[in-house]
Amino acid sequence: MSQTASLAWLAAHEFRLGWRDWVAMMTAGHRRRLRNVAIALIIFAGFMHLLAYSMVGRYAHAGVVPDKATLVVVTGTMLLSWSLLLSQAMESVTRAFYSRSDLDLILTSPISPRRIFTVRIGRIAVTVAVMAMLLAAPFIDVMAFFDGARWLAGYGVVAAMGAVAAALAVALTVALFRTIGAKRTRLIAQIVAAVIGAAFVIGLQVAAILSYGSLSRFAPLQSEWLIAHAPDVGSAVWWPARAVLGDPAALVLVAAISLTLLGSAMLIFSARFGDHVVAAAGVSQSVVRQRRWAQGFRRRSPSRALRHKEWALLARDPWLMSQTLMQILYLLPPALLLWRSFHSGTGAFVVLVPVIVMAAGQLGGGLAWLTISGEDAPDLVATAPITARRILWAKIEAVMGAIVFVFAPLIVALAFAAPWPAIVAGAGVLIGAAAATFVQLCFRSQARRSQFRRRQVSSRIATFAEAFSSISWAGTSALAAAGTWLAAFSAVIALGILLGVCLISPPRTS
Amino acid sequence: MHSPFSAATSHHNRPIALATRGLSKSFDRPAVDALDLTVFGGEFYALVGPNGAGKTTTLRMVVGLLRPDAGSICIDGIDALADPVAAKQITAWLSDEPMIYDKLTPFEYLEFVAGLWRIDARVAEARARELIGWLGLEPHAHERCEGFSRGMKQKVALAGALVHDPKLIILDEPLTGLDAGSARQVKNVLRERAEAGGTVIMTTHILEVAERMADRIGVIAHGKLIAEGTLDELRRRTGKSATSLEDTFLTLVAEPVAAA
Repeated sequence: MSQTASLAWLAAHEFRLGWRDWVAMMTAGHRRRLRNVAIALIIFAGFMHLLAYSMVGRYAHAGVVPDKATLVVVTGTMLLSWSLLLSQAMESVTRAFYSRSDLDLILTSPISPRRIFTVRIGRIAVTVAVMAMLLAAPFIDVMAFFDGARWLAGYGVVAAMGAVAAALAVALTVALFRTIGAKRTRLIAQIVAAVIGAAFVIGLQVAAILSYGSLSRFAPLQSEWLIAHAPDVGSAVWWPARAVLGDPAALVLVAAISLTLLGSAMLIFSARFGDHVVAAAGVSQSVVRQRRWAQGFRRRSPSRALRHKEWALLARDPWLMSQTLMQILYLLPPALLLWRSFHSGTGAFVVLVPVIVMAAGQLGGGLAWLTISGEDAPDLVATAPITARRILWAKIEAVMGAIVFVFAPLIVALAFAAPWPAIVAGAGVLIGAAAATFVQLCFRSQARRSQFRRRQVSSRIATFAEAFSSISWAGTSALAAAGTWLAAFSAVIALGILLGVCLISPPRTS
Repeated sequence: MHSPFSAATSHHNRPIALATRGLSKSFDRPAVDALDLTVFGGEFYALVGPNGAGKTTTLRMVVGLLRPDAGSICIDGIDALADPVAAKQITAWLSDEPMIYDKLTPFEYLEFVAGLWRIDARVAEARARELIGWLGLEPHAHERCEGFSRGMKQKVALAGALVHDPKLIILDEPLTGLDAGSARQVKNVLRERAEAGGTVIMTTHILEVAERMADRIGVIAHGKLIAEGTLDELRRRTGKSATSLEDTFLTLVAEPVAAA
């Protein structure tokens, strides 16, 4: 008999599952695509290295000195990136609590729950660290290639950041569980994770907005005020940055601290993890009564009934709402800029246009998936006495209605400050959202709404097409707002993407 | 054979509610093979057969969820393939898995269904109240369905199938997963429906249900209708007059296998 209950055996089981999950995600369940995926990944890695070179190449050529200004920039960048890791780790921990999958089998086995969850926390840390390393690798490689092998220490720091993110995510989620209970933790933890994750993108936007007119994206981190108020070079605050810059002592310290934190989280929380998982399994849906019935049935056409149903389902699902409307968080920095620059009449409003259009495209794609693919009663709708075309139109109208509801206030506010960018942004919002909806329409496949988070798994091509479409329409809008004819060229590219989507989308069969 | 689209071809002077002729569908292998099926108005018809016999595929083609490879479907004189909207207007479908919206209440769900079928709001509301009462859902009528048991969800789905007063109700294993009380409520509602002149077609693995409720039983195997009739007619065909439907069914299903 094998050593079934050993930590190593459990870890091997976890990592085998993790690997197969990843392969399934990358190949959308078709293992025969593995070779194509490998080729695509190599091309993507090459592209990322070129991108990294364009962003940090000049620093690598110039050589980086670990002075206070550099330490501030490196630390700021690391903090922003770490927010993404923490967000991902919180997501994973929440999923570990609430997704049943094999937990019923494992928890009814004679293996100690403590051992199981020690391994699961470890898996989360490794997953987060590996993903972070893959994203950081191009930047580390470029710096190491042009400025010396010392930069390879960056891999160690990224691994340490993953470990700390996992440890903190476990602590935060368990704290939420104990304070607000099993029922609310799922939603709140996922919102917190999304907000923390959004901090990265918002941070980049704020940097872009604040550095408007300057050449450097790092301008906010290079302000004299910030450098003057930052701790001295010898402070422990800079250990992670020093480690990235190749200081071996700092690297050892950072690694030791992160492993201690992760080990402590495993020791302290793994025993309680099992209790919380069981508590999460016992959460039943609370009874929610709707008052609206007092008004009786309302006369509705089929299209109106469908639109109303879509909006009601979205409005009543806080989790889905948080997932889809999280895009709006990205509008906060431009809204801030709008408010600050309202009376100054600055040309910086042009910066807002692509951000708004991009957010509309992303939100439109998510809503389109929910309404078109995420239909929980597909048989009912398909057997209703209305044509399939009319059903689709009603669903598209529901998406566009929601988009108008969300973006109209911002466009109207922008119109008072800068009419032309507002007109361009308004058109871009509608076109960007319609294009994302078109992509979802081409790649629609029947799914449950609860599978919303895994929608990207069903079609990688759809995910990339949606992203490229949103980016290209955002670019077109930016160029149009700037008043250049290049917008037409960009629009042709955007239309070409949609034509490509149309050509490669799977044929419809009944 | 007469045309399935002629208005009132009858059996015991009843109009034809559903007629399929040469209905075929293949996936990797033939699932439904040139099936001729006739169900009369006001009839409670049970379709039985072993797993993979083609029962669900047949019914999904009838309600427009699958496109047949060949053949015709006629519902109450309407060519369902040529005019699916008109056919759907008088048809209801209920699958074995209750598919409803968790975030709507039963009344809101019924209001939505009434909107899809363009039923007058006041008429639909009255029917909805009646159905909710029949199915014992009154205490939960204004609660979201997310906390409902499977049986309650199935009852809500059944109410949705009936709220637009269809002439033809097609149900795929409607009693799966229901407790005895819920199963009886559903059976009662369906029986009353048939007695009131509606046509009910139901697949089931529970042969006692078919035996007790159905006016006629169709036995399907390998995508073909291998036997059809009342329980007595089926018994006579097997030459065993005192046997249960289970024995009769097993004998009938074994025939094509033995012949093959």
